Amino acid sequence: MAEPTTQSRWQRFLDNDVTWSFLHTPSAIVAACVTVIAVSAALAAPWIAPYDPFDPSQISLWDGKLPPAWVEGGSSAYLLGTDNQGRDMLSTILYGGRLSIVVGFVAVFLGMLLGVTLGVISGYLGGKVDAIIMRFADVQLTIPGILLAILINGIGRAILPIDMRDDFAIYVVIIAIGLTDWPQFARVARGATMVEAQKEYVQSARVIGLPGWLIMIRHILPNTLRPILVIATIGLALAVIAEATLSFLGQGIPPTTPSLGTLIRVGNEYLFSGLWWITLFPGIALVVLVFAVNLLGDWMRDALNPKLR
Amino acid sequence: MAAVSAISFSLFNFVGDPVNNMVGQDATREQRVEIRQQLGLDDPVLTQYTRFIGNVLQGDFGLSYRIKRPVSTLILERLPATLELVFVSALIALVVGIGLGVYTGIKRDTWVSRIVMAVSLIGVSLPTFIIGIALIYLFAVHLRWLPSSGRSGTIDLGFWKTSLLSVDGWRAIVLPAITLSLFQLTMILRLVRAEMLEVMRADYIKFARARGLAERTIYFVHALRNTLVPVITVIGLNIGGLIAYSVITETVFQWPGTGLMFIQAVDFVDVPIMAAYLIFVALLFVVINLIVDILYFVVDPRIRLGGS
Amino acid sequence: MTNLLTINKLDVQFPTRHGTTYAVQDVNLELQAGEVLGLVGESGAGKSTIGNAIINLLEPPGQVTGGEILFQGRNLRDLSDEQMRDVRGKKIGMIFQDPQTSLNPLITIGAQLVETIIKATDLTGSAAVDKAVDLLKSVGITETETRLNAYPHQFSGGMRQRVVIALALAGDPDLIIADEPTTALDVSIQAQILDLIKSLCRERQLGVIIVTHDIGVIANIADRVAVMYNGAVVETGEVRQILTAPTHEYTQSLIAAVPRGDLKVDRFTSVDYIEGGAQTHRRIDLDSHWLGETVQANPLGEAITIDGLNKTFVLKKALFKKNRVTLQAVDNVSLSIQAGESFGLVGESGSGKSTVARLVAGLHQGDDGHIKIFGQNVARQERSNDVTAARRNLQMIFQDPYSSLNARMRVLDIVAEPIRFYKTADSEKKVRQIVCDILDHVGLGSGAMLKYPHEFSGGQRQRISIARALASRPKILICDEPTSALDVSVQAHILNLLKDLQAELGLTMLFISHDLPVIRQMCDRVAVMRHGAICEIAQTETLFDTPQHAYSQHLLDLMPRMDLFGSAPASLAGPP
Repeated sequence: MAEPTTQSRWQRFLDNDVTWSFLHTPSAIVAACVTVIAVSAALAAPWIAPYDPFDPSQISLWDGKLPPAWVEGGSSAYLLGTDNQGRDMLSTILYGGRLSIVVGFVAVFLGMLLGVTLGVISGYLGGKVDAIIMRFADVQLTIPGILLAILINGIGRAILPIDMRDDFAIYVVIIAIGLTDWPQFARVARGATMVEAQKEYVQSARVIGLPGWLIMIRHILPNTLRPILVIATIGLALAVIAEATLSFLGQGIPPTTPSLGTLIRVGNEYLFSGLWWITLFPGIALVVLVFAVNLLGDWMRDALNPKLR
Repeated sequence: MAAVSAISFSLFNFVGDPVNNMVGQDATREQRVEIRQQLGLDDPVLTQYTRFIGNVLQGDFGLSYRIKRPVSTLILERLPATLELVFVSALIALVVGIGLGVYTGIKRDTWVSRIVMAVSLIGVSLPTFIIGIALIYLFAVHLRWLPSSGRSGTIDLGFWKTSLLSVDGWRAIVLPAITLSLFQLTMILRLVRAEMLEVMRADYIKFARARGLAERTIYFVHALRNTLVPVITVIGLNIGGLIAYSVITETVFQWPGTGLMFIQAVDFVDVPIMAAYLIFVALLFVVINLIVDILYFVVDPRIRLGGS
Repeated sequence: MTNLLTINKLDVQFPTRHGTTYAVQDVNLELQAGEVLGLVGESGAGKSTIGNAIINLLEPPGQVTGGEILFQGRNLRDLSDEQMRDVRGKKIGMIFQDPQTSLNPLITIGAQLVETIIKATDLTGSAAVDKAVDLLKSVGITETETRLNAYPHQFSGGMRQRVVIALALAGDPDLIIADEPTTALDVSIQAQILDLIKSLCRERQLGVIIVTHDIGVIANIADRVAVMYNGAVVETGEVRQILTAPTHEYTQSLIAAVPRGDLKVDRFTSVDYIEGGAQTHRRIDLDSHWLGETVQANPLGEAITIDGLNKTFVLKKALFKKNRVTLQAVDNVSLSIQAGESFGLVGESGSGKSTVARLVAGLHQGDDGHIKIFGQNVARQERSNDVTAARRNLQMIFQDPYSSLNARMRVLDIVAEPIRFYKTADSEKKVRQIVCDILDHVGLGSGAMLKYPHEFSGGQRQRISIARALASRPKILICDEPTSALDVSVQAHILNLLKDLQAELGLTMLFISHDLPVIRQMCDRVAVMRHGAICEIAQTETLFDTPQHAYSQHLLDLMPRMDLFGSAPASLAGPP
């Protein structure tokens, strides 16, 4: 009988299968680095951007439509050129990226909070509660995601008086995307909960006499985190795409404080007149961000999958 | 469906004042009151709802606020465009998606597989509209091979205007169809591959090997069948997703389908169209789900015949 | 006579990033045609690995790194993939443990049979179908016409395993490897399948290697046996000789540790070869120890009274009552257990014994009938204080050591949970002290406190479960097959521990098992269950000597008799 060895917390973390897999999967490391860099750059936008594109006093229409610095006609003051309103592309991308990321995170968080709570309750209690909650989720799933987001967003904007629409646009977008997301989380959480609830340690807790809510929080929830984390990462990528799509369709963040999607929409109108940079750079930024997050999510799914050892 | 119709109805009534939207800002009080009575807006909510349902069942969705024509006509006019687009995209997504999914599932480590997987990851990361814009730029602006927007080459078959019967039509539909299918294609590909890998680890595959069956038999007779069955539901839902994403694609390519109409409706808060579109999409989804359920029933013997 | 199969110096390794595991080391085996060789050992001994190695279907990253496998004169290791595929099916057939997952659920068994026949023989078309029918008949399946078009899920477990055997025989192989072929089956079906394998072996002069952890199975059908421990063969020989006079220490301990069904002994013989010395149980001073605080107050009289208990499960919901599929899990069960007594509930799977235990523990609600704990009616799940207090007297230990502990909690927190929840200790320091004590008491040592469950073996995890149960200071302990998932060598320790705890703390015990010899050793009285109803309740010794009910007799007949091997029980139809 082998003597079980004691390892310190740090040692266990390093020795952990997941950590090892991470350190040995180059794509995951790259993805994580890119994500971290992108996110920190975007979050630090107010400090590192050369201009503040949301401040009308810093924009001058004269400088509008300038190409990037290395193309003829550009100036070094505006490294990546300017958009039609005279905003510096680099700064706008940073600020816009910040918007996109914030929206993505909060929306996913909202969806996760709602979905996981409902999912765990649904899975643990079963019976009528389960049927009702899942019926809600099913009904919602009958309407495809993007459509629903557009709809909720549209309704939200329509409800607000016209002058408040732009200011509150960001909140409406977040709520719209968050509300679209929750059934996915609920489904996964419910599935994981139902599996865990069958396990004997949960039965044991019940025999000890612990109340249901305590069992759900202390025992079941931590054990459902793995699959939820994977869905959350992918959800983040989808949320960022959703926000960009909404903005592109004109439904999301307004052009006064543009996100990456709005920028692309603006740029699209000038694409055929040859002002390619207004679309290209935000587009690249968006794709790189989402790609990195997806890559991370992919690795996570493989690493956290117990069946793949 | 009931829930969806309820949502539609509340949309109809509570979002914005329908009368305002219909007659504009200049109407006098008397005109407004008259119209309200005509539309029956003064009746109790339940009566309005029943009337709404009755109308819907007869195909009457009311008039569009903005365009002032019956919504049902509008939808029917533009439906063929969307349906054809969705159909072609679905075809592409299914054929290529399943095909590549199976291939990468079987030949895991060839460099072709690796490239496919890498590209698929990019595919999932590209928002549909970016794909659309990129394709337009490349093929329409730079290379000038294909038209950049709009639907062309339509042939009138009476009640259905199809663009699939002309070369022009095909040239116009290629880019939008590819754009629309790309996202779903990559999802299907990854799903099929994951399922295939999972199935290959099953005991019955091991037993098949122990019986000396050829690898080809194992793949195509055993593994494939067991891979596709659980995947049917998800594929069904994904095809439904095509309908949703058609909204985006139609906007990028200015494709005159129901999706474009919907976006324009949302822009102007044209509630009847929004409500009607919602019901239509939900209906389509319910139908797709039904088909998937039936397929499942047919294909999985465990459901068809009970246990002993 | 040349051997059918000769294995020389076989080595199998599993390289992982944690280091290489030597699954099989320097193994030598021989097998003749018409002979059944048993490969017996506990989990991890390497017996299944040998089977997989022979037909070259090792789970990656396993590799054969040394030795030769000579089959009918050829070294199997020299063959190409193509040639090996030929050998599988035509020359060597393999049967796995779980018939449910061995068959493709989406293809009819007829189709699966025919495709195997076509591949393994020269037959095609209707000739192949005829052969499929013959095969089914030869494994004892009647109504072959309808069966051919049926799907696997429409068969019972035993029938499925027969189909699996038929598939393995499709190519007329000369060697069959059976990897735990009966472990997933009920006791009565087990005997039938083993008989089938044995008769096929004799009729067709096959060589059979049967891999198992169950010595009873070996006693039943093997001619020779090889005992494995830790990747090596420790002893080989004729079954009769090994079972009566084993020479190797491990074999001796192993055989001695199997619970005896023929008479009652005080303690289980533990397998000292592995566990390293007999474990003495530390006595505690009941007066001062925390565990002893409630012992003084042990009530007398009836601990558990069950009266007319019924429970039906709805398997398939439907709108109309007639379409619902229900299962009567518990059918009018009545029994009573005295305080301080050890009561056993025995039956095959599906008999309802576990359900009764769960009903008593409050995990399910009965449809009607009474359950009283120390006189307090607890059948209805009311939240009254009396009911809760009564339920606190009861704790439960479960079967699966791997899912009965929350993998994310430390042992300290797992065991301390009931103490903290019910606030039975004054301070956190006292809590730790108590947990430390209990862990010592169950034989784990206080160093286990800060570790996580996955760092422990199966037997040790059960000890943790027992510690957790003790932390509630129960008067009644329900044990639901606590050792069925453990190796024989570890069983003895856990069962001894339970016995000691019961004697020391005056616990009432409800012991569930399907294993009659274990029941005999553990329980004073026993109830036999079948299809949800009680067939017989008696004192244990009385039941074993003179059973009243026909089903009890039937179960006793099925008990593996190690002293009577050679005369296997006749193939059984169930009792009327």
